[in-house]
Amino acid sequence: MKKRLLSALLCVAMVASLVVGCGGSKEEAAAPAEEATEEAAPAEEATEEAAPANDGVYAFISKAAGNPYNEKEAEGFQTAMDELGLNYVIKHPETATADAQITMINELVAQNVSSIAIAANDADALQPALEAAMAAGIKICSVDSSTNAASRAVHVNQAGTAIIGQTLMDAVLDLAGGEGQWAILSATSTATNQNSWIAAMKEVMEGDAYASLELVEVAYGDDEYQKSVDQTQALLSNYPELKVICAPTTVGIMAAAKAIQDAGSSVKLTGLGLPSEMADYIGTDDAHSCPYMYLWNPIDLGKLAAYVSVALVDGTITGAAGDTFTCALGDYEVVEAADGGTEIIAGPPFAFTPENIEEWKTVY
Amino acid sequence: MNKKFDLKKLTSSREMSLVIVLIVLCVFIQLRNSTFLQFGTIEAMLKNYAVMMIMALGMMCVLLTGGIDIAIGSTLAFSGMFSALIMRDHPGVPVIGGFLISMVVGMVLGAVIGVVISKGKVPPIVATLGFMNIYRGCTYLIADSRWVAAYQVPEGFKAFAQSYYLTGGLLNNMITVIIICYVIFFIALKWTTAGRRVYAVGSNAEAAEVSGINVDSVKIGVYSLMGLLSGLGGALWVSLYASAQGDMATGLEMDVIAACVVGGVSLNGGRGTVPGVFLGGLIMAIIGKALPLIGVSQFWQSAIKGLIILFAVILNVVTQRTMDKNALKRREM
Amino acid sequence: MAGKSGREIIAEQPFSWKTFFFKWEWFLVLIFILINIMNANLSPYYASVSGLFTATNSFLEKAFIALPMAYILVLGDMDISVGSIACISAVSLALAYNAGIPMAACIVVCLLVGTLCGLINGLIMTKFTELAPMIVTLGTQILYRGIAEGILGDTSSGGLTAVKWFSNLYWGKIGVVPIMFIVFIICACAFGFVLHKTVFGRWLYAIGSNKTAAEYAGIEVQKIRLIVFVLTGLFSAVTGVFLAARMGSTKSDIATSYEMEAISMAVLGGFSTNGGKGNFIGVVLAIFIVGFLRYGLGLINVPAQAMLVIIGLLLIITVMAPNIKNQIQYSMKKKNK
Repeated sequence: MKKRLLSALLCVAMVASLVVGCGGSKEEAAAPAEEATEEAAPAEEATEEAAPANDGVYAFISKAAGNPYNEKEAEGFQTAMDELGLNYVIKHPETATADAQITMINELVAQNVSSIAIAANDADALQPALEAAMAAGIKICSVDSSTNAASRAVHVNQAGTAIIGQTLMDAVLDLAGGEGQWAILSATSTATNQNSWIAAMKEVMEGDAYASLELVEVAYGDDEYQKSVDQTQALLSNYPELKVICAPTTVGIMAAAKAIQDAGSSVKLTGLGLPSEMADYIGTDDAHSCPYMYLWNPIDLGKLAAYVSVALVDGTITGAAGDTFTCALGDYEVVEAADGGTEIIAGPPFAFTPENIEEWKTVY
Repeated sequence: MNKKFDLKKLTSSREMSLVIVLIVLCVFIQLRNSTFLQFGTIEAMLKNYAVMMIMALGMMCVLLTGGIDIAIGSTLAFSGMFSALIMRDHPGVPVIGGFLISMVVGMVLGAVIGVVISKGKVPPIVATLGFMNIYRGCTYLIADSRWVAAYQVPEGFKAFAQSYYLTGGLLNNMITVIIICYVIFFIALKWTTAGRRVYAVGSNAEAAEVSGINVDSVKIGVYSLMGLLSGLGGALWVSLYASAQGDMATGLEMDVIAACVVGGVSLNGGRGTVPGVFLGGLIMAIIGKALPLIGVSQFWQSAIKGLIILFAVILNVVTQRTMDKNALKRREM
Repeated sequence: MAGKSGREIIAEQPFSWKTFFFKWEWFLVLIFILINIMNANLSPYYASVSGLFTATNSFLEKAFIALPMAYILVLGDMDISVGSIACISAVSLALAYNAGIPMAACIVVCLLVGTLCGLINGLIMTKFTELAPMIVTLGTQILYRGIAEGILGDTSSGGLTAVKWFSNLYWGKIGVVPIMFIVFIICACAFGFVLHKTVFGRWLYAIGSNKTAAEYAGIEVQKIRLIVFVLTGLFSAVTGVFLAARMGSTKSDIATSYEMEAISMAVLGGFSTNGGKGNFIGVVLAIFIVGFLRYGLGLINVPAQAMLVIIGLLLIITVMAPNIKNQIQYSMKKKNK
């Protein structure tokens, strides 16, 4: 008797904990959705969860949870959708793998969303999943880090790959004083955007103006702080003549900045970094390792992804080169991309210098 | 006579085989890159791997009781993040305060694990697997998926990992902390009752129980200690890297376990020494630090790391076997 | 003493119904039903036959590892290199394909690589029995993935989508039933049958409960351990095949931390990491519980961070619940006396 009672009690406790656990998170998940429906509420049935027939849900999948850059992108997407008064879903995978993203794509297909904007963790591996989504009538655009041309309508590029390559090379040339050794500290060796920027930089380096620069190594810090620090220190001790490190990754540049400053090295750093994370390291004197660096505005990038998703769904653009559309951020045109697909370029990268860093570090 | 006997004992001990591995590694690396055996390089290495080496001590105690803790990376992240968030919102918190907050939080998290394992009778690997997920998730949730950036961490706290004041200018603070921890653990495990109890529980839990040791409280104790050291690790991590991220120290648990096992700690419990763990930690640190230095292609580095770990643990077994055989022979004579 | 045990034997008869219903598996069935009810209430997209079958696709490829993992746990062993084996075998499949080998042969290559990796694990562990399985497989975990990383470097090896029938292994369906689902059910039945209905299965339990006793009873303990580790390698490679079919392209970072998910599934299914315990139907139930829970939570877009917490709690609470129940019973019995 007691046994039965106890088991029953435990089952109840178990269920309760499940319900509480899920209930709590459900609220969280539902909260933004409710905000979103507020304006559109009169027009639609104000059910707590969107009814199956309700199309017009726009989805965004970031690279991974817990990275401020991704969070800012998602924030931009959210802001734009709120302004437009549309329903949206934002998903962050647990880990930065294609595997986790495929699962999320499948979930979104089951939810019948109208569009997915995705920052791809792998260019090719998402293809089968995204093709299945497109077959279900969902519009796909990649943002930040592109998927291959076959699995998207259009890519929202933060800045032209060639422009980023050119800008970074000019910075390296400037910091090196026209000649000398330099190195690249990248994220993972498989990151699509990293590799295309590195390729673009190498292409620019063919030019005569850069002939006296010597790229000694491309190191990979895997976007892990400790590994990036180790790699930076190895670069510093392996190449005593090294003048500049260029880190086109937000984690890498931060780790490199710290490692260089702690080592008291005279090596200069530039690359792509978040102003809030880098505020401590930007300065022109010897105590600071990074005189200036670049980035685009991830919030605006997220917004643009939102506007592009809407334009794809309402048919303003199809993703073919030559399409144009206008949104709150300005006028944009779809152009041919290097990988054979099409893209929309958000704008040139923005320079962060000791003068403007104080102002930007609180923004993103 | 006495001296000769000692020497023989020394050369056949497990620690000695580790020292040999260590020397071979160092010589090999030094030949490939002459900057390796320099004060600066070694200092940087110890600084970067201080967290791993300190946590290996706690892991050793856990392994000695026959348990395992794979939640330590998450415990570190949570306690480090917790203390970093408090320091961000209250920049007036003194350096020691930041450390204490992190250590206390870590200890509480560890104690929870210990209670679930000892009172709830959940196998350690299962319990810590669960808590690995839970604590990691909570780390993201308390931080709202944001990082604590360098400019938000108080100056004094960031300076801790870069200054030398604990030893009056002699050694870096991080290295001093390593030394203090190892000395405390060496003494505690060798000469205190608490230390002997940990070994007793690991060698034979039932016998320990019968001889009046409260096995459950020893277990809760070691997991709390592990948590405390993870908390210390979290504070050191934040100080060293001048920032706190939600995903910090992911996968650290495996490095720490590897350091222990390479150092001769048995996963079956009851066997392992502080000097062994020190050598194991040192070997792991050297592998991590030196592989980029000697120009091994980056893509092959983890394969080599895996090979070295396998080699070291197999070497451990082989030495142990020879030792046992020799001991048997001596007894026969 | 005799009188007491005699009493218990008599008492067993009427109790048998209860023990039948209070078995772990029923507890899992209950959770399974609850999760489905919860999901169906939370999301309007959940409760459809084709939707549910599609849902199985999001977790079943990992589940192939959970099957032999149950054997490993019965033995009281551990294998945390399975994710890396899945990775290296999927990578070798893609490499073989790009070297111009026909796809069917590539799958054989993939399975062979997995088997070989399992064999290496098994050989090290049976030659050096002092070594804890956890640490050997930790070493090989780093090694296998390291080799994949070394071969592929910063590239990925893909183009597998060009072979339609290969993609269909993962994406294809017969009616509404995904092909992978059918393969999984067949494999699960085979594994369950071997574990519960054959001598081999009984040997596994014997070894897991008491290795020394099993040895004295004439069971070739090391040989059986070797076979199980090879089997685990092989089925990790099966996961690799489906993973390659799923993504159409492979990199060195695929299938990370699959080992932990497989272990969670097996443990949730009632297999203790101490060995000698567990009923196979439990594992299958656990696979679907975790899978559907994740899928349901995914459908209502629970943040990944909260998902981590929920899955962790589920694991600990379900394992702890019966222990606490036993403990309370035990202390009550004591008091009654």
